[in-house]
Amino acid sequence: MSDAPVITDSERDELRRHGIMLTSLGELAAWGRSKSVWPLQFGLACCAIEMISASMARFDIARFGSEVFRPSPRQADLLIVSGTVTKKMAPQVIRLWNQMPDPKYCIAMGACAISGGPFKQGYNVLKGIDRFIPVDIYIPGCPPRPEALLHGLIQLQEKIKSGAPTAGAQSARPGECVIPEFGAHDLEPSKDPAIWQPPVITRGTS
Amino acid sequence: MSAPSENSPSAVRPPSSGADPSAFPGLTSAPGSNIRAVNDPFHGDLLEVSMGPHHPSTHGVFRMMVTLDGEVVVKLKPVFGYLHRNHEKLGENTTYLASMPYTDRLDYLCSMTNNWAYALAVEKLAGQPVPERAEYIRLILAELTRLLNHVCLAGFLLQDCGASGTPLMYAFREREKILDLFESLSGSRMMCNYQRFGGCRIDPSAEWLDRVRALVAGFPRFLDEFERLITGNEIMMARTPGVGCLSPKLAISAGITGPMLRAAGVDYDLRKVDGYGIYPRYKFRVPLGAHGDTYDRYMIRVLEMRESLGLLEQVMKDIPGGPIMDPKAKLRGLRPKAGEAYGRIEGPKGEIGFFLISDGSPNPYRYRVRPPSFVNLTVLEDLCLGHTIADAVIILGSIDIVLGEVDR
Amino acid sequence: MQTPEQIRDRLLARFPGAGVTFVANPGASAQHSLLLAASEARAIAEFLRDDPELALDTCSNVTGVDWPEKEIVETIKKNVPDPAGGPDKVVEEKMKKTQPGCLEVIYHLYSMSRKQGPVVIRLRTGNRTDNVTLPSLTPVWRACDFQEREVYDLFGIVFAGHPDLRRILMWDGFKDHPMRKDYVDPDDFEWEPTPHDDVLERAKEHYPAAPVTAAPTASPTPEGKA
Repeated sequence: MSDAPVITDSERDELRRHGIMLTSLGELAAWGRSKSVWPLQFGLACCAIEMISASMARFDIARFGSEVFRPSPRQADLLIVSGTVTKKMAPQVIRLWNQMPDPKYCIAMGACAISGGPFKQGYNVLKGIDRFIPVDIYIPGCPPRPEALLHGLIQLQEKIKSGAPTAGAQSARPGECVIPEFGAHDLEPSKDPAIWQPPVITRGTS
Repeated sequence: MSAPSENSPSAVRPPSSGADPSAFPGLTSAPGSNIRAVNDPFHGDLLEVSMGPHHPSTHGVFRMMVTLDGEVVVKLKPVFGYLHRNHEKLGENTTYLASMPYTDRLDYLCSMTNNWAYALAVEKLAGQPVPERAEYIRLILAELTRLLNHVCLAGFLLQDCGASGTPLMYAFREREKILDLFESLSGSRMMCNYQRFGGCRIDPSAEWLDRVRALVAGFPRFLDEFERLITGNEIMMARTPGVGCLSPKLAISAGITGPMLRAAGVDYDLRKVDGYGIYPRYKFRVPLGAHGDTYDRYMIRVLEMRESLGLLEQVMKDIPGGPIMDPKAKLRGLRPKAGEAYGRIEGPKGEIGFFLISDGSPNPYRYRVRPPSFVNLTVLEDLCLGHTIADAVIILGSIDIVLGEVDR
Repeated sequence: MQTPEQIRDRLLARFPGAGVTFVANPGASAQHSLLLAASEARAIAEFLRDDPELALDTCSNVTGVDWPEKEIVETIKKNVPDPAGGPDKVVEEKMKKTQPGCLEVIYHLYSMSRKQGPVVIRLRTGNRTDNVTLPSLTPVWRACDFQEREVYDLFGIVFAGHPDLRRILMWDGFKDHPMRKDYVDPDDFEWEPTPHDDVLERAKEHYPAAPVTAAPTASPTPEGKA
């Protein structure tokens, strides 16, 4: 982002007290971007209903500049994976992610999107979307309340404002992720090893 | 006619060189007829469009393979399974009680009726009686769920018609009020997990019942306002009458249930027919449609909401005291003796049933959900043939599907 | 409403020699059913639908059930005369029998015009591997259309005469039938914080025990203590 500051933060605060604001163009852009995150209008399961609730009058996601749900991935910045990703659906979700322009963010909303949730043992359920897509924010809950979604959105805004790189940019697959094929018994591959590895734990250490 | 694979990405055929479709004005297909080859140099090619699973109007991850002649649907094949979460397999691997939270997530708008249907099936299987007060609470919650579902459906239907935003906002405002009641009773907004075999989980307080009374008293005012906004609205009248007519004969043969069946004019409401719970004690009418079109399906829902309100008003007057759980009811170690049972209730979307086979072990041997929206989709192609692709969206909206239940 | 026994008797009178068996349900619900032979099932279903007294005009629920082969132990008591002339001895003989497996489809039929039901009918396949074809009842009741496809997908029962028999919930290239009892799902086990029973066994397979460090005092921890 910006180069090494020639002016320290305390000096900047001092100036602000006198009504002078100093910022860099990069910061300004990040601030603007954080306040106009356009999510993809894409519901998967139960959590999608809470996502719709969050955009309705009581919770009003428009307060945070994200009410513009875009039906096309080409116009969206944020993929909210709202619900269970089944193995049959996973290639489509990843295809949508690949079609979104950079910089793009991903929120895994709800237990199912994080890990498979209550349906983890199902034969057709992907045990977490982060096996294929790098995720920025995880929102737990089954389903998370709309307030939790708003909290997750604010966390994402903080992340954007801070100038931190997206999870996608940090990962091994910055732009496009691997789209699995339908196999005879499972998805092939069943996970993207460049992005996700099962936790290495040894039993009996504690 | 070569159909592309169902799982290929959107298969849109480029028009071949040759005849220009616009060179044949007045070429319209009558409903259900006029199926012709995809590659037809004389009339112009048909267009095969894959709608979904990511499409704003398919209510989730539903997918339709639509073959279009110009704008007119000549073939429509629904593709399911994008939300197949293996409810039935999971249900066979867990105990009877542990399946109760899973039923919340079937039709995630109406968790209370799903709970009731499952509890009813297990009660049939185990021969478990239910105390009086619990029956009243179940009825109240089921009718509140019906209000909640129908009002959301009307909002989504108008959204599909093109009335973007406003009706849905109104609908969700009322939905939040009902969800507040559910939350204060069960602890969760959507996934209530409230019914148990032989009763309910938590006894509602007198204050909670007063809040229900206040909601029931205030709801007709909202409904009047909503109807002034929507019923007879220009968008509604331009788009819905005469669209997607369903004949009673086909409806019966295809196992259609719920408001969609009654919109076709068939008098069949499980609350009357089966008389489960305490429904036989109260008076309510079953609204019937005359044409079976999309407008009727909308109106049936509005009228059912009014009947539900009348029913709730009667029921709220005489709620008895007493226990909410049968003291002999077994929950955790429930092992019904070997046998099978099919229990069903009239959910907001139609007949939701559970079929259970017990072999005497703690887990059901077979756990089957009879999903109303899945079976109601049987006639989707019949309804859409001959209508434009924009009408297909409305017809799908008026069938009222929830994908959690369609795919399970 | 006629009882299943009465319906069976009427069916046997109408279709002499047809395979119609009464299957009692010992449970509290007492929803008894009729087991139909596959060869006459279509004709019987049409009769049930068109008969003015029954008028079972809709099929509410179609479901499959998997009955794998199972070993049952039968105990037979025999009286053995005592050679010494005393009273007969009772000797129990245990016989091991293999009950052949089959796949079953269950239809719940209701009448919307006469508001009665359910009549439960069942069809059984010959075995679970190669003889799995049953007649489709979709031409009789449209409601069976998607539900029979689902049974085909999840149980692998082939419905002869179904207009459009394809997989419905899983993808086309999928090979297994996941609702069968012997289905083994793809192995991608992950660490669970509190493994027990089967899950502990799988955890042992996937996650090795900690190597025994040469701690001077502590005795080596037995495997799987965690």
